[in-house]
Amino acid sequence: MAMKTEPFVVNIGPQHPSTHGVFRMRLTLDGERIIDADMVIGYLHRSMEKLAEERSYTQNIPFTDRTDYVAAMTGNLAYVLAVEKLCGIEPPERAQWLRVIMSELQRFASHLMAVGVFANDCGTWQTPVMHMFREREKILDLFEMACGARLTTNYMRIGGVSRDVPPEFMPAAHKVIEELPKRMDEYENLLLENEIIIARSRGIGVLTPEVAIDCSLSGPMLRGSGVAWDIRKADPYCVYDKLEFDICVGTDGDAYDRFLVRLAEMRQSIHIVEQCLEMMPEGPVHSQITTATAQPGGAPSAPLAIRVPAGEAYGRIESPRGELGYYIVSDGGPAPYRFHIRSPSYINLTPLRDLAIGTTVADAIVILGSIDIIVGEIDR
Amino acid sequence: MTAVLSGFDLAHRLQPKLPDAVVDATPEWVEVKPNRLLEVCTFLRDDPELDFRFLSSLTGVDWLDHFEVVYHLLSISRNQATTLKTRCDDHDNPEAPSVVAVWRGAHLQEREAFDLLGIRFQGHPDLRRIFLWEGFPGHPLRKDWLNFPGGQMAGLERYPGEPGGKLEGRG
Amino acid sequence: MPVLAKWYDLRDLGNAVGAFLDWIRDLGGPDWIPYVVSGLIGIVAILLWLLVSQLAFIWIERRVIGRMQARIGPNRVGPWGLLQPIADALKLLLKEAITNRYADKPLFWLGPVLIFIPALVVFAVIPFGEGMSLADLNVGVLFVIAITSINAIAIFISGWASNNKFALLGSMRAIAMLISYELVQAFALLGVVIFAGSMRLGDIVAWQSEFNTWMFLLQPLALVAFLIASAVEINRSPMDISEAESEIVAGYHTEYSGIKFGFFYAAEYFAAFAVSGVVVTLFLGGWTAWGLEEWVPGWLIFLSKLYLVFFLFIWTRGTLPRLRIDQLMAFSWKFLLELLFIHILVVGAQVLIWHEGDYPAEVVLPIFAVINWTLAVALIVGWATFMGHLSPERRAKRAVLTQELGAIYYRPADGHGDRPTRPLEEA
Repeated sequence: MAMKTEPFVVNIGPQHPSTHGVFRMRLTLDGERIIDADMVIGYLHRSMEKLAEERSYTQNIPFTDRTDYVAAMTGNLAYVLAVEKLCGIEPPERAQWLRVIMSELQRFASHLMAVGVFANDCGTWQTPVMHMFREREKILDLFEMACGARLTTNYMRIGGVSRDVPPEFMPAAHKVIEELPKRMDEYENLLLENEIIIARSRGIGVLTPEVAIDCSLSGPMLRGSGVAWDIRKADPYCVYDKLEFDICVGTDGDAYDRFLVRLAEMRQSIHIVEQCLEMMPEGPVHSQITTATAQPGGAPSAPLAIRVPAGEAYGRIESPRGELGYYIVSDGGPAPYRFHIRSPSYINLTPLRDLAIGTTVADAIVILGSIDIIVGEIDR
Repeated sequence: MTAVLSGFDLAHRLQPKLPDAVVDATPEWVEVKPNRLLEVCTFLRDDPELDFRFLSSLTGVDWLDHFEVVYHLLSISRNQATTLKTRCDDHDNPEAPSVVAVWRGAHLQEREAFDLLGIRFQGHPDLRRIFLWEGFPGHPLRKDWLNFPGGQMAGLERYPGEPGGKLEGRG
Repeated sequence: MPVLAKWYDLRDLGNAVGAFLDWIRDLGGPDWIPYVVSGLIGIVAILLWLLVSQLAFIWIERRVIGRMQARIGPNRVGPWGLLQPIADALKLLLKEAITNRYADKPLFWLGPVLIFIPALVVFAVIPFGEGMSLADLNVGVLFVIAITSINAIAIFISGWASNNKFALLGSMRAIAMLISYELVQAFALLGVVIFAGSMRLGDIVAWQSEFNTWMFLLQPLALVAFLIASAVEINRSPMDISEAESEIVAGYHTEYSGIKFGFFYAAEYFAAFAVSGVVVTLFLGGWTAWGLEEWVPGWLIFLSKLYLVFFLFIWTRGTLPRLRIDQLMAFSWKFLLELLFIHILVVGAQVLIWHEGDYPAEVVLPIFAVINWTLAVALIVGWATFMGHLSPERRAKRAVLTQELGAIYYRPADGHGDRPTRPLEEA
């Protein structure tokens, strides 16, 4: 006799230990198997795109911290690059190097979170994430030294960075960077070689390169599927063309590969920062245009408002989560006419439904963890 | 460096295949007719020399009398990028064809544009609000969402720190 | 062990109790009074010991895991945070025990109570020292297996009565797991029983003492299987699937709060102590330690071994991720059970040979130990290879580093090599 069963709906989130914020997955389950998945987002929607239309270009920089709050530096960078593209400002050399140092440190810190939390999603009882936090603290200390803030840095300015790093930054950065490769060995041994993590993540959530490109996935999601695409290489901004680093790609396109790519990228980030610390020149950190409009008598600093010509620009950078793009339309007024954030976390969720259907609840959590979402960036 | 394919170049390539599709072209972008959009997009994706298989970004812009849908395209194999635009003339009830059939990456982005700007994408498989709840009044990214008393509108009237100037919005 | 039988001889706590009981008997009265009193004393003693151990081990676990996680752990309440468990317990007592409106109230109430009982009752048969067991049952091993199975019912009751989907999922998982691992547990213990020739736990310890060996030296596979099965039984990582925090919030006790949650929390510790006690008794020589029991009270040896086994559970919790339910079930049915069948066969044959041939134990047992260890290693590696667990698809790998922009390194499941399938075309 066939047993009468009926599917039931489970809301994973918005209050759930492993939705990385207030993300909600509505899963229709048949036993443990997922037969339908839907995502409900918007719990953190602040309508930044609207708010930004009410504020001057410089005033908008703090918003970019708060989209991807785990990688504030890259958020800043993407926005100021788009505005600079629109205005045709070329920041001074030192500022560019500082931007690269900061965004690579930020990438390392962000990937630490992603990797640690992914291990948590695989069921470790907080141990990797706590170890990752130990290293992340050191990087946040560096940020604090450079700009006074740890999480929402607000460091980049249109035409430079907010201030030069203090003299004690360099030795401290060297010290941190020397220590990190050892930690990386530790993580790779602890996590990549872990039998249970392999069992949980290999072959789960497989994305072929065709699907990944079709779904506009970017960052480790795309590279995990084996597509060697990195905007730092493809469209080098700042001084990435002077630096030596590799694109890290996976071969299977599963959750494990995305995890793997993040770990490998962390090593590349260390390598990049090492080179930057060697090669960074002395000099000003604000461009001529911005220092000229600084307040008389005060130290050179970025101005509160700049006049942006009418036009539009789309600036893209490789944030830790993928292609972070800012599309800015200006009508020549003090505030952007249209301010659009192409957020990688959001678009990387496109294949979530297809990946989740047919798997189990436990797998869905692993898949979500491998996408590495930041809800602030999804909802904006 | 990602090569930026100029709008003129793109228009020239489009002209022989789809003669009446292009409306306007500038060095930065090319604008196509909404009713030919799907054909243009399919051509851009499938043409081996263009190979724009990656839809970077899709968004809408409210130009007060009409809406503009902006597509930023990227070709991974050729490392080139371009910008495509289309125009929705009816400002009260803007409609544009959905490109989900061409790029699946448009799925969430079109839902976002629908939610915040109210552009209806014809042929979208699941066009629902995404950030705001069903029943939310209006579409907040429209310039006329919440008109203030006295005809004020959203936007910054003058530069911060600049003396003088009205405090009203640019009505 | 020379029996002094003085009440102050702490090597056997039963001496003091016995003296007390003799005194009661001398007072006269019906015969059942000393019997009941002895039982009561045992119960109170075990409960007190459990409570103290639990409080101590909550602190130890949190400190140890804190150290494993590169942090300090609780250190604010009392010296070194020692009073933290007491503060936690007080908090649990004072908190409101919320009952969900749609919960099945009698069952919701029954769940935490029922889960508590088996965890406690198991201690009745565990010998803390020579003759120091509350009820020296002649079917002790069977009793242990039977009683710990009741857990499944309690978990299902609480999961079902909560009227919460996470709880229901958790209890479904728990049932599936417990049923699968019950067999493993039984088979693991069967090997021990075959060797010792008795189901009485005291006899098994005595057997180990007599032949100067610990059972795990003779049957490593049984120990491994039993440890894994008990980790499942007590929901310890990496088998904490039924309360998987990252998936189903807290599993079957999602809806419980206040002291009802405290019951689950305590029962988890008690059950962990119980299985540690069983492991120590059956595999690690119980209260004996190769002659050390002459000098140190046997119950102290037993307890230190028990705490060491418990530490193992803390350790795995601090280090291992969690398996998926189907992987865990497959591990039971497709891996452990098969190996245990072979193990039982071999062990049975060994006992047969030993008893039929009447060989001296000093000769036979080392040979058996060597055979069983080799067999265990060979079986585990061999079976893992056979099941494909060592194939490259299930091994660790590293990312491919490339400079070739736009190339695709995706390798379909049946492909080979990390070569780009479509190199960058020149634009």
